[in-house]
Amino acid sequence: MTHVSLTADKATGPVNTGPAVSIWRSIPIGAWLGVLPFIAFALMFLIVPTLFLVSSAFVDRAGNFTLQNIIDLGTEQVVNAFSISIRISAASAFFGALIGLAMALAIIRGRLPSAIRSTVMTFSGVASNFAGLPLAFAFIATLGRLGLVTVILKTVFGFDLYKSGFNLLSFVGLTLTYLYFQIPLMILIIAPAIDGLKKEWSEAASTLGASRLQFWLYIGLPVLWPNLLGTLSLLFANAFGAIATAYALTGSSLNIVPILLYAQIRGDVLHNPGLGAALALGMIAITAIANVLYIVVRTRAERWLK
Amino acid sequence: MIGRRFWAWVVFGLGAAYFLLPLLATFIFSMQMRRDRLTFDAYLSVFSDERFQSTFSYSLVCAVCAIIVGVAIVLPAAYFVRLRLQWLRPVMEFITLLPLIVPPIILVFGHIKLFNSSSILPLTNSTLGTDVLIVCGYVTLALPYMYRAIDTGLRTIDVQTLTEAATILGADPIRTMVQVIFPNIFVAVLSGAFLTFAIVIGEFVLASLLNRPAFGVYMQNVGANRAYEPSALAIISFALTWGAMGVIQLLDRFAPKTARQA
Amino acid sequence: MAEEFLRIDKLVKTFGGNAVVKGVDLSFQRGEFVTLLGPSGCGKTTILRMIAGFERPTSGTISVEGKDITSLAPNQRKIGMVFQAYALFPNMNVGDNIAFGLKIASMPREQREARVEEMLKLIGLAGYGKRFPFELSGGQQQRVALARALAPSPKMLLLDEPLSALDAKIRVSLREQIREIQRELGITTVFVTHDQEEALSISDRIVVLNAGNIEQVGQPFEIYNKPTTRFVATFVGTLNTLNATVADAGAKTVRIGETTATIPALPTSAKAGETVALTMRPEAVALANGVDRDIMLEGKVAEVAFLGSVIRLKVDLGGNLVSVDTFNDQRTPPPAHGTSVRVGIAASDVLVLSA
Repeated sequence: MTHVSLTADKATGPVNTGPAVSIWRSIPIGAWLGVLPFIAFALMFLIVPTLFLVSSAFVDRAGNFTLQNIIDLGTEQVVNAFSISIRISAASAFFGALIGLAMALAIIRGRLPSAIRSTVMTFSGVASNFAGLPLAFAFIATLGRLGLVTVILKTVFGFDLYKSGFNLLSFVGLTLTYLYFQIPLMILIIAPAIDGLKKEWSEAASTLGASRLQFWLYIGLPVLWPNLLGTLSLLFANAFGAIATAYALTGSSLNIVPILLYAQIRGDVLHNPGLGAALALGMIAITAIANVLYIVVRTRAERWLK
Repeated sequence: MIGRRFWAWVVFGLGAAYFLLPLLATFIFSMQMRRDRLTFDAYLSVFSDERFQSTFSYSLVCAVCAIIVGVAIVLPAAYFVRLRLQWLRPVMEFITLLPLIVPPIILVFGHIKLFNSSSILPLTNSTLGTDVLIVCGYVTLALPYMYRAIDTGLRTIDVQTLTEAATILGADPIRTMVQVIFPNIFVAVLSGAFLTFAIVIGEFVLASLLNRPAFGVYMQNVGANRAYEPSALAIISFALTWGAMGVIQLLDRFAPKTARQA
Repeated sequence: MAEEFLRIDKLVKTFGGNAVVKGVDLSFQRGEFVTLLGPSGCGKTTILRMIAGFERPTSGTISVEGKDITSLAPNQRKIGMVFQAYALFPNMNVGDNIAFGLKIASMPREQREARVEEMLKLIGLAGYGKRFPFELSGGQQQRVALARALAPSPKMLLLDEPLSALDAKIRVSLREQIREIQRELGITTVFVTHDQEEALSISDRIVVLNAGNIEQVGQPFEIYNKPTTRFVATFVGTLNTLNATVADAGAKTVRIGETTATIPALPTSAKAGETVALTMRPEAVALANGVDRDIMLEGKVAEVAFLGSVIRLKVDLGGNLVSVDTFNDQRTPPPAHGTSVRVGIAASDVLVLSA
């Protein structure tokens, strides 16, 4: 008896693994074949073009290595463009995050009817994708010199928006317009994180004597912090690279980096392809810095993230 | 106790005003083409414009091509990374995050430099080549959304078990992917498709810099030269985006789920 | 000990027209450990949450030391609470978690640190102050949660199924530790659980709840041995049921199959020929190894479960499956499946429930 069962045990081992082994062996090759097109595509249309562009910032017309293009970034026009771009992106990211957080908190933890939450989430999905030219058109029709709100304020309330210093084609106007897609993006990203705040945390805090404000100060915001920062850097990059909205609003009158680069590519200004590449390098560097800052903060917070 | 709901309503009300006012204003503005009454003349003018029809169809074709190419490269990659090559995950995440960090204008600038007439692969030399390039650009722009949509779909249907079950029943990997996995994540693929559509249809920078007659370029042109038509175009675009997002939401309810959502 | 600390009067809670707590009156003595026991949906957690202040009672009052606290905010009540899912603040280390209530009460830093050390020692986690919650096991996290709740010296301690998420072994050791600390501090404690064994082992008194009403209040010994309702009898402990026919109500005799037995607990209202359910705990039934009991019955062993110190047999007595507990004896192996056995029951251990 024992003898028979032992040999049977031995026999089942290889018999069972036989076909399994062939499957396990064949799949990694198949798996690589499946991943290969993706990798090839990403290299060809995403990574190599970007690296090629960045590297050409260090090459002069004759094909020699040079730092002149980087040095040329120091001209007043370029420095101004970067400064305006950074300020608009930072302002729209900061206010977008702040207002988006407030709205997400209102719809998730404000005890509003649940229909409001789903409506706001759907609308955010739409509005965060509603950027570019149509957004500019909508704001021109609303707050432009002949926009409906501008006209109504003037004729009905006797208040001249533009005489009071407002201009849609300015820093404030562009920031206000960018908020239209920044706020919804914030809501979409931060909502799951707010859902992750456990009800018991605020209950535990309140049994320990904490007020609502103290709960948010000591627990709610610190827990959301890495997410907030991550979203902030994403919103910043989002606004920093945006061009269509600004272009449609202002033509090329507003001196922001993407528009400068756009004009350069079209051959209108600068007349130096190397400088164009340097501009691109500068843009990538700035969005990369925003992301590195985020990663640093996140790893510091990661101690308790699990 | 009273405070919380009150402030929630205040915040919501202000937000609603900021988001609805421009839509309402644009809509009313778009109907003021005739001085004496509200009409849909601006819309009629847009729809009857021959260039509207041709550029819209061009962008639509681009979107469809971008969707097909996008699904064809993302689906197998996401599937096998989930199934066998888990360690590649961070790489995939990084690659698909890049298009959110590298602005479109830089991407197209890189394309122009790399694929110009004097390069090894001079795509910009011919119209067809440029069309291929613009579609590839759109696929790249949509990559983060397509990947996330498909990956989420794969997560909700316990790929591992489904694949093992299919394999035990004798299906080869390709058959498994086409007959078992794809039908189960079809809804996720469709959301990726509609997101791609929403991105491509009004895109301006790529089309403009590659000189292709896309809908975005047409819109820019109208915006610079007309008064009321741009508002009509804004409303049409918003309706299109809303339609695409609405379809995604609707589809989400019918998505099959075999695994608990993480 | 006889001083009333917490009082609940005619407490009612309805959620959207659905009554979850239907008029509960309870009184808790100072320093007492009271368990609210019942199946899920019986209203025990809702009562606890009303004591904590998270839910507003629909009607009725809650008072502590004679003062009505029904509409007091949770952060004004000076209670300590431990939750099922630990609910430690993930962004703070163990020491900061424990210090949180003290910080809110603006206790000076040095005193605070001393108190944290004291609490860490109390729960046996001295030296763990700098760890983060995710680095601890479930049992350790729950001990920290207990220390956090106790640190500000609350007036009472509320425990909402604190052991349910833990492994069996840790559950037992932690419940002993909780009871020990509670005795040491003399803090009035309300403990909510659906686990009857837990309730029996830890409590001064148990409140058995069912469908929003109190079924029985009593010490564990009373609840287990003298259940007053069928619900309590079946919910707490294992209960055997034997169907019998009343022979003579006056003489308190019943017939079980062929055997006639005298049952002191048989109500005089029973009618001859009526079927009654005789109930008894597994330990009230014994394998009759030569010993004679009041009622002797023949049966066949249907199942044998070896539980370690105790062996639980299921014996088929003419169609009634009866659980019999015997102690493990190294020299005698348990009877095999299918063997015929005689079981004896002490008539005084038998309760009668109307069938």
